[in-house]
Amino acid sequence: MTGTIDHTVINLTVFVLAVFVGYHVVWTVTPALHTPLMSVTNAISSVIVVGAILAAGPGSFDLGTILGAVAVALVAINTFGGFLVSQRMLEMFKKKDSASKPAGHK
Amino acid sequence: MTANQVALSYLIASVLFILSLKGLSHPLTARRGNLLGMIGMTIAILTTFAYTRRWDMAIGALAIGGIVGYIVAKRVEMTQMPELVAAMHSLVGMAAVLIAIAVVNNPQAFNVEFPIPAGNRVELFIGTFVGAVTFSGSVIAFGKLAGLGKYSRLFSSASVVFRGQHIVNLVLALTMVGFGLVFFGAAPEAQWPPFIAMTVIAFVLGLLIIIPIGGADMPVVISMLNSYSGWAAAGIGFSLNNSLLIVAGSLVGSSGAILSYIMCKAMNRSFFSVILGGFGAAEGAVATSGEQKSVRSGSPEDVAFLLGNAEDVIIVPGYGLAVGRAQHATKELAQKLTEKGVRVRYAIHPVAGRMPGHMNVLLAEAEVPYDQVFEMEDINSDFGTADVAFVLGANDVVNPLAEQKGSAIYGMPILEAHKARTVIVNKRSMAAGYAGVDNPLFYMDRTMMVFGDAKKVVEDIVKAL
Repeated sequence: MTGTIDHTVINLTVFVLAVFVGYHVVWTVTPALHTPLMSVTNAISSVIVVGAILAAGPGSFDLGTILGAVAVALVAINTFGGFLVSQRMLEMFKKKDSASKPAGHK
Repeated sequence: MTANQVALSYLIASVLFILSLKGLSHPLTARRGNLLGMIGMTIAILTTFAYTRRWDMAIGALAIGGIVGYIVAKRVEMTQMPELVAAMHSLVGMAAVLIAIAVVNNPQAFNVEFPIPAGNRVELFIGTFVGAVTFSGSVIAFGKLAGLGKYSRLFSSASVVFRGQHIVNLVLALTMVGFGLVFFGAAPEAQWPPFIAMTVIAFVLGLLIIIPIGGADMPVVISMLNSYSGWAAAGIGFSLNNSLLIVAGSLVGSSGAILSYIMCKAMNRSFFSVILGGFGAAEGAVATSGEQKSVRSGSPEDVAFLLGNAEDVIIVPGYGLAVGRAQHATKELAQKLTEKGVRVRYAIHPVAGRMPGHMNVLLAEAEVPYDQVFEMEDINSDFGTADVAFVLGANDVVNPLAEQKGSAIYGMPILEAHKARTVIVNKRSMAAGYAGVDNPLFYMDRTMMVFGDAKKVVEDIVKAL
């Protein structure tokens, strides 16, 4: 075997493994928390902000920079809003009467 | 920062995202999970700032978006969560498109070679197309959920179908792929026209895919778009060779796919029949069966008497409860019954509400302790021994016709409320549910109907207790 591995192949490896991890992790999420799951995944998908920051950040100033900045602003709504609204929801699932049944149902 | 340091920080962020989802396996660990997600995101953003050349615009944009996000997160009502989530999906989709345009415009800014290699173009095509479909589809979903149907037919909560719809979609999809192929082979100076054409078609496609889907299928649509937004992020990750984006995108993508699967299963619908649409059209249709069947109706006082003398009560909340804002009154009722020594539990159908897990959040907001709230599989066998099943604003999810071959909803898993010794149903009228199917539960001898607004009825019951 000779030559270097193509970027796309490495990406594909990461992708397939991550899908497997995601599949197995998400099945462990309790159905009661599916709405928070959705808002947390929403916040996580806003990691696309990383690409947007790069787009907004080359030394020059052109169409790409502006679009990048717009993208950053749009996704930042998710980044902050997603995690905060999840936090708000999950606070509600805090146990009010901690005296009764300690473990709760499964 | 060196490229290796960046990659390692991204690895840490990826692991934190996985742990964040894992935390959601139980309400007790969920808040820690969310915190880990925030830490992961902070690491990801700081790392990116550390190796990008210009900060000012990105920081400003981040601040603006952050403030908007903060305000929205604080103000949104829990009944509006589906709209908020749909709106957020659209933002991720739009960002994917904008980033893809920026890459085509200046690949070197992203360490992508110039001219863009064919492999990266394919990835860009996928990222753009999925992002565009996510954006326009989510905008339509948002409109349908927010009830904007009165402003435009596009947002109608009913299914919008026209003749030849599937053929139009197919032709558009093929045309889009055609422009994609042109884009893959185009010289750098000729790449814009096919790229723009394919992006525009993708936007139109997203719109056309979602308009035929009716209101009742919204839980599936939201989950599906959740999945798409993840794949869009992963697609952009491929074109930027960014493993963090790929990992996070895949996590979200598979999460949304699993939720779609769970929702389809809970409605006994195949994923394709949801996508092809036409189900929600009969929404709210009045049940017009030939013979006039009689129902036994009672007053809140009768209900209070029945509940007060019961030992084991199971409440079945449906979306009607949330619409009527009766969660708090219901919780008060449950509390009063518990004080009297009555065992009260809630039975939640997976599609109660308008998105997965929606009802759980609405009950949690009303401070219902989560150990009183049970999923369908965990409580269904207990209806047989329950004294009273109290159905509040739910219809299709307790329809025993689902167990009968040949009925329109045959095979849909239901909460077996009809097995309880007494069934009490609160509804505003005798209108059929989303599925447009009459519900024999209402006509049983052991059933008592209490008509009226959920909140008022429950409050009256509490008073009478």
